[in-house]
Amino acid sequence: MLHRRVFLTLSMAVACLAAYPLSAIAADRFITVASTTSTENSGLFRHLLPLFQQDTGIEVRVVAVGTGQAIELAQRGDADVLFVHHKPSEEKFIAEGFGVARFDVMYNDFVVVGPRADPAGVKGLTDVAVALAQVAAKQATFVSRGDDSGTHKLELSLWKTAGVGVAAASGTWYREAGASMGATLNTASGLDAYSLTDRGTWISFKNRGNLLILVEGDSRLFNQYGVMLVHPKKHPHVKTADGQTFIDWLLSDKGQQAIAAFRIEGEQAFFPNARKTGS
Amino acid sequence: MTPAAILPLVVHDLCYEIGGKHLLDGISFRTAAGPRTVVLGPNGAGKSLLLRLCHGLLQPSAGTIAWAGTTPETARRCQAMVFQRPVLLRRSTAANITYVLRLQGIPRRQRRARMMAVLEQAGLLPLAAQPARVLSGGEQQRLALARAWALKPQVLFLDEPTASLDPAATQAVEAFLDHIHRTGTKIIMTTHDLGQARRLADEILFLHHGRLIEHAPATAFFSNPQSKEATTFLEGKLLW
Amino acid sequence: MDDLRAAFFTALGLMVGLDRDLVAIVCLSLSVSLSAVGLATVLALPLGAAVAVWRFPGQALVRILLNALMGLPPVVVGLMVYLLLSRAGPLGTLGLLFTPTAMVIAQCLLVTPIIAAFTRQTVADLHEEYAEQLRSLGVGPWRTLWTLLWDGRFSLLTGILAGFGRASAEVGAVIMVGGNIHRVTRVVTTTIALETSKGNLPLALALGMILMLLVLAVNTTAMVIQDAARRVYG
Repeated sequence: MLHRRVFLTLSMAVACLAAYPLSAIAADRFITVASTTSTENSGLFRHLLPLFQQDTGIEVRVVAVGTGQAIELAQRGDADVLFVHHKPSEEKFIAEGFGVARFDVMYNDFVVVGPRADPAGVKGLTDVAVALAQVAAKQATFVSRGDDSGTHKLELSLWKTAGVGVAAASGTWYREAGASMGATLNTASGLDAYSLTDRGTWISFKNRGNLLILVEGDSRLFNQYGVMLVHPKKHPHVKTADGQTFIDWLLSDKGQQAIAAFRIEGEQAFFPNARKTGS
Repeated sequence: MTPAAILPLVVHDLCYEIGGKHLLDGISFRTAAGPRTVVLGPNGAGKSLLLRLCHGLLQPSAGTIAWAGTTPETARRCQAMVFQRPVLLRRSTAANITYVLRLQGIPRRQRRARMMAVLEQAGLLPLAAQPARVLSGGEQQRLALARAWALKPQVLFLDEPTASLDPAATQAVEAFLDHIHRTGTKIIMTTHDLGQARRLADEILFLHHGRLIEHAPATAFFSNPQSKEATTFLEGKLLW
Repeated sequence: MDDLRAAFFTALGLMVGLDRDLVAIVCLSLSVSLSAVGLATVLALPLGAAVAVWRFPGQALVRILLNALMGLPPVVVGLMVYLLLSRAGPLGTLGLLFTPTAMVIAQCLLVTPIIAAFTRQTVADLHEEYAEQLRSLGVGPWRTLWTLLWDGRFSLLTGILAGFGRASAEVGAVIMVGGNIHRVTRVVTTTIALETSKGNLPLALALGMILMLLVLAVNTTAMVIQDAARRVYG
């Protein structure tokens, strides 16, 4: 009967291992926040969420995807709170009744990175539209996220300001990666190309190759973050109380200070700018 | 509850054809319980086909196979078959026997006792715990026989059971077969080996090219064959 | 080459130090994959055996479908399961989205066709050998299934291991239905994707090495058991 005993032991071992994930679901209080990969990758949540949990006992589960997908998630009711950085999309979200109210939380900025050799000659420029126009003129390779994210939408609006039609150039000097910020930067690094990235991702990005920051400081590179509760009228199961607690905490002095205290490689990455009323 | 007797077997005008080719044609005979029936003939005569048809593994193209007062499906439950190459399960020798005992619905307590009795009769008890597939060719065939016998069949079909075995193994199988016969099971066996037929047969069905050439008691057949084909075959000459 | 060296030492450091996060994601990876394979085996073995042994109309079509489903793209399965389990979807009230259970479901869907196709082939080969004898013994259709499955157990293990390999390597579906949530649904493969997207290539590579070690360990264990059992049972 050896085989029966071995079989039984193995089955029990498998059953024990299989039971492990089930215990993970049995957590007590938690909310689901839909946010973006760039925010997650910066490490901000790793810093903030334990502080929040300490104060309130509420676990925050962050699903980090592209901005477009995060908004879609929230619209479908798969998240309780939406925390992204594209104001027009966020206002549309509220207008269509999916969210209760939108609040400013913090901002960071975008930078244009490019190869050390700088074939488009944009280093040090303070006008990002001029810089992009030069990249287009020189037909220097530019890698875009191309994934309908907040970053991508900002990038497209900048090209529009610069008067460049990038859709036509797609596949030539303008490459659409259809990927997260990190993956896009990997591609840019591999191609020695220009790209637009948020400062937070750039500071912690370790695969820079020949790339460095070439253009920064233009006010149009300003990246505002907004937070909103998913509307319980659309999705009655939403955890409104705990979700609101999270939003209130982010906007409180404590939350704002925690955001300001977050450092990447010694630099402050996010700048709190919550106002006391909704915007 | 002992099932009703399925013998005698009456086969009438049996035909089997594939793709227009008649592999068996117009076979008719009657065989009763008791005598060991050997289906004899050269290779390609249709002996294996005849057995498979009688056992119900194949459907005839024409003609009837009538078991005494029952349908072929019920009759099959009172029969068993052993093939030229034993098909044993990938388990121990003992497990191969208990498998068929379980099939018959015999409760667990009795299974073990019956299994050991069967293995002992077959001379395989010392090998009970061994994987069936590591047994020698002769031992495997004896196990297949033992397994068939464990079903307590009224009729046991055997298709060239010792064709792949050496003389010593053949003798062991034939001895076991003799034992099975003496407990009352009807043996219907095919062989192309004249010597084996002489040793074992009580009754001969001689086939050639799918036709039944002669049907006679063994002594009569061997001493006084009625047909040219049988005579040629008995002389040891090639027959086609 | 530098990346490989850095990766190798990182991997070593993580394993020796029994980094807490690493242990957590490894345990989760194993349990999700093993659960998925376990469930898939229960579904796929009878399915594959039935397609091999039973005669029914449309059998050839089912066989083709089974083979084709082996090539199911994980992202497509992930998307379909996501739409099913989403709050806005038909099974939304179960609240399974972004949990390890959702990941198990997605992986199970991907792995079942593989195990079923393997099973079908193994059982079909066995059936050729056994069919006549089993019919002679009067073995019914269901019992034939179990008999062939048990007798083919050693060969079937290969199919199950192939399924485990596929489940462990999976990232597209689990990232979509699991959400790659820190400490909840983050497994080795999704962490590799995450670290790669952060540009942390040596760490990603290190995790890849650890994952391969894991799969190797499981396969070795299975082979050892298989050999031992074979020696006992032939």
